[in-house]
Amino acid sequence: MIFPALFFYLFAGICVASAVMVIASRNPVHSVLFLILAFVNASGLFILMGAEFLAMLLIVVYVGAVAVLFLFVIMMLDVDFAQLRAGFLEYLPFGLLIGAIFLAELLLVAGGWAINPNIATTITSPIPTGVSNTQALGLVLYTKYIHYFQLSSLVLLVAMIGAIVLTLRHKASVKRQDINVQNARTPALAMEVRKVAVGQGLQDADAGEWVK
Amino acid sequence: MSIGLGHYLSVAAILFTLGILGIFLNRKNVIVILMSIELILLAVNINLVAFSTFMNDIVGQVFALLVLTVAAAEAAIGLAVLVVYFRNRGSIAVEDINLMKG
Repeated sequence: MIFPALFFYLFAGICVASAVMVIASRNPVHSVLFLILAFVNASGLFILMGAEFLAMLLIVVYVGAVAVLFLFVIMMLDVDFAQLRAGFLEYLPFGLLIGAIFLAELLLVAGGWAINPNIATTITSPIPTGVSNTQALGLVLYTKYIHYFQLSSLVLLVAMIGAIVLTLRHKASVKRQDINVQNARTPALAMEVRKVAVGQGLQDADAGEWVK
Repeated sequence: MSIGLGHYLSVAAILFTLGILGIFLNRKNVIVILMSIELILLAVNINLVAFSTFMNDIVGQVFALLVLTVAAAEAAIGLAVLVVYFRNRGSIAVEDINLMKG
């Protein structure tokens, strides 16, 4: 069948092209949208490789959460992005040089490596046949690697608390409801009874706040 | 015309290089730098899943799952720091980040 190869080149081509657009587009909103396209195509590559669970997770986590977070922050910050883009061409030759060296090294490694013929005896958890990818992943994730799983949940907890602590702020000008203060109020704290002379009203200096 | 491990590794290498290039080209824009880091982590994930599939070992996918978790946490914290920084300084240009004289 020619279709797997065809789909591989389709997904890989769109993925690489949209990655180029992520770093080259003028508007950061377009960058985020191309990042989403790159992630969707990468999840297509994952499906081709048989990692369906990770493919769906990539869409849910990246497209559903991270990319939306990026969009939210870009639209919330009032930044002149054209000014931030100045110097793009200045860094282009140097960046291309570094990138070319990196790519050449990586491709040399990818082209020159050989698999140890004894690798089949050293793998730790072979992919079981006859079960779905999700089930196969769960069979090792919740047994052999339960501690890593729980550690990653701890990482997420710390990230959540950290993000909340960093961005939460209490403005002094905004009045907030405090239930404890409300419940602790007594008539003595809230009211003051005064004798008022007929026809004169409240006249002493500290009466100002009551008149208001 | 069968697609082997080398094809996937090449795609991952190109994506990784584009991520590095993005950090160099957009040196003033922290948001694009964060997106480039996401691209790099995506390339790493493609590598892990490719080796997991072609070596018939599921552990690579478990590790890719953990990398995905850390990437999501990193994006959340990074953007939170960015928001706080913008609130304090009114700018997110990288060359303005010099309070610690580093």
